[in-house]
Amino acid sequence: MDLGEINPVLLVASLMVAATPLLLAAIGELVVEKAGVLNLGVEGMMIVGAISGFAISVETGSPWLGFVAAAIGGAVLSLLFVLLTQVALANQVASGLALTLFGLGFSALLGQSYVGIKPPSMGDIHIPVISDIPVIGPILFQHDPILYVGIALTAAVWATLKYTRVGLILRAVGENHDAAHALGYKVIKIRIMAILFGGACAGLGGAYISLIRVPQWTEGMTAGVGWIALALVVFASWKPWRALLGAYLFGGITVLQLNLQAAGVAIPVEYLAMSPYIITILVLVILSADKSSAPASLGRTFHASH
Amino acid sequence: MTTPLLSLQGLTKAYPGVVANDQVSFDIGEGEVHALLGENGAGKSTLVKMIYGLVKPDSGTMMLRGQAFAPPEPRAARSDGIAMVFQHFSLFDALNVAENIALGMENPPPMGDLASRIREVSETYGLPLDPFRTVGDLSAGERQRVEIIRCLLQDPKLLIMDEPTSVLTPQEVEILFETLNKLRSEGTSILYISHKLEEIRTLCDHATILRLGKNVGECVPSETSARDMAEMMVGATLQTPERSGRAFGEVALDVSGLSVPSPSEFGTALKNVHMTVRKGEVLGIGGVAGNGQDELLGVLSGEIQTTADAIKFNGQPIGKLGPTARRRLGVLTAPEERLGHAAAPDMSLTENALLTGSVREGLERNGFLKWAETKSFAEKIISAFDVRTPGPENAARSLSGGNLQKFVIGREVLQDPDVLVVNQPTWGVDAAAAASIRQAILDLAAKGTAVICISQDLDELMEISDSFAALNEGRLSAPRETTGLTVDEIGLMMGGAHGMEVAHV
Repeated sequence: MDLGEINPVLLVASLMVAATPLLLAAIGELVVEKAGVLNLGVEGMMIVGAISGFAISVETGSPWLGFVAAAIGGAVLSLLFVLLTQVALANQVASGLALTLFGLGFSALLGQSYVGIKPPSMGDIHIPVISDIPVIGPILFQHDPILYVGIALTAAVWATLKYTRVGLILRAVGENHDAAHALGYKVIKIRIMAILFGGACAGLGGAYISLIRVPQWTEGMTAGVGWIALALVVFASWKPWRALLGAYLFGGITVLQLNLQAAGVAIPVEYLAMSPYIITILVLVILSADKSSAPASLGRTFHASH
Repeated sequence: MTTPLLSLQGLTKAYPGVVANDQVSFDIGEGEVHALLGENGAGKSTLVKMIYGLVKPDSGTMMLRGQAFAPPEPRAARSDGIAMVFQHFSLFDALNVAENIALGMENPPPMGDLASRIREVSETYGLPLDPFRTVGDLSAGERQRVEIIRCLLQDPKLLIMDEPTSVLTPQEVEILFETLNKLRSEGTSILYISHKLEEIRTLCDHATILRLGKNVGECVPSETSARDMAEMMVGATLQTPERSGRAFGEVALDVSGLSVPSPSEFGTALKNVHMTVRKGEVLGIGGVAGNGQDELLGVLSGEIQTTADAIKFNGQPIGKLGPTARRRLGVLTAPEERLGHAAAPDMSLTENALLTGSVREGLERNGFLKWAETKSFAEKIISAFDVRTPGPENAARSLSGGNLQKFVIGREVLQDPDVLVVNQPTWGVDAAAAASIRQAILDLAAKGTAVICISQDLDELMEISDSFAALNEGRLSAPRETTGLTVDEIGLMMGGAHGMEVAHV
């Protein structure tokens, strides 16, 4: 065992990378749930995003086009959820589960010919001077652009929900869809936009795994990140910055436990492997003790009756 | 005659199976307070929803100041100067007052300006409000203030109020009327929907009466008696329930020092409640909704359990018993919400009869159900209480509100209770059905049952109860004899005006 092998700078830098897929998916789902919709299909939308992004960037050679395709792929799959829950008024829980199962199967089908290929690399940004500052440079300023997109998205979602009229209307729809309808807001339309946004974010998160974090394509490679994102939204009390904190905590412990495993710490691997889940949930449960409750219309089907 | 503000011509709206409005026509003048009267289901709400753009009429036209007016959505109606205060508040519990108001406006100013305008308008009209409080924490009266101020900030030409006083104390009603009179003197027209006739007589200039979707008459309320208006609404002569003078027996239910927290987040905890009900006595419990009524019913039915000694039935502590054990002893309850609490909507009347009747009527043996006996019990309820339904095999959901209410009250009454607790027994029920439910409660009391009737309808409580107490923020006032109680005294028992003041402009 040699803990000295663990480089703290690299550790912090790589936790941000590990956290980004989770963060992207969680921010998308947060917006969806704030609009009162419970989409359990995050995992399915992520994996579809992962393969669409992977395939397009391999075919075109451009990782940027890959990410665009991933966002579109996730959104298109969420369109299926829209049809089921907002048009056919089907049960959201069942539809979400179906979406995940469908996404996993469909992505495996699409990805058959992409196994074992290496995607084009996106490359990290490099800002002269700033990126070269010791310690801070490698931690904060030497990442791929999508990682910064994730942080920017968190800030944008937070500010939109808190300060803009669009955000207020979205929250109102999630809080009491009957009242929002009575005031003349288009509940279904707003929810559809939110679901599509959530799908696009989940798709980005999935592509981040297949294009940057891993980077290769294997079947089922999202490995439950979508489910963690769902839990993260709840334990983050539907607050964007808390979701970011939770994602980084989860990413950090994931990276740390991998390092500890590599360093040969005398803790059984199973305990190390479960630690990110347990610690993230514990911390967020303690944080969510402030009684912020779920959007009151969460998961309820809206039907504009007379 | 000048052009009316709003003129309705032959408005018709049909839903599958029912014509909600059938050729309704009337005019609302400038600065007029116009009452729209009618039973539940007469089509009042549908009519105002058409004016507000929530529902499109099938045929008929509306004219606003002589111009054709057909709002495709509420936004359009609002920009034409029509504002509406909803019966079931259209508020968002988790948002604050200012955010709620911003949602109801077309072009809200920035939050800071909006907050100061809210303060200004609310003080002008004597409806003080803190813009940054969370709406979920407000009382019913305060929530209504939020709705009214939301409307006033848009400078409406026509203010529609759908049953605004059903959640207010008499003092709050008085202040609301001052505000409305002030608005009228400024030239705002008001369309006022209610079935409280005395209020309409004091407030309104003109009344249109709807029955089964049709305009069946108009009158000047101040020159028409409440009874005449009621008979126009119902289309039949009304019968007043009879009560016979009777002696009370010993104490049947004794509640002392009862405090329980509310099971729901925005509920009200009960604080140190004391009351006794004697055999043959009807205790009426008034109070504005949300002051602990649901919690009180829950704790009396056994859905919420408390310390054993807090509730005693014939001297026996029952506070820790669940609903079935209490039913076995003879303490029965009928909760307020018909669909979902008192009855399971998608189950048949027979099954619903079984759900509360199995213990006392012996409808099960060794875990097996006796369907034949259950069916005859359900049929007995249907015939004794004149429930209009093709038969007991129909789902509870298929019955109209009044009929289902007769069924759920009848189901408890026929089980021969020693103590019966009912919450809002005639809520949303037409006048004829309400009268028969009240009569059934009085008959039951005459046979020696102790009855607790929780209601927000003060007229009803005055009509049937022997003593009266009021719930206010989870505290129960000391019960007083009903005879000789004035409306003012009742209002004070209900907590007065909750910090409202009269408009001062």
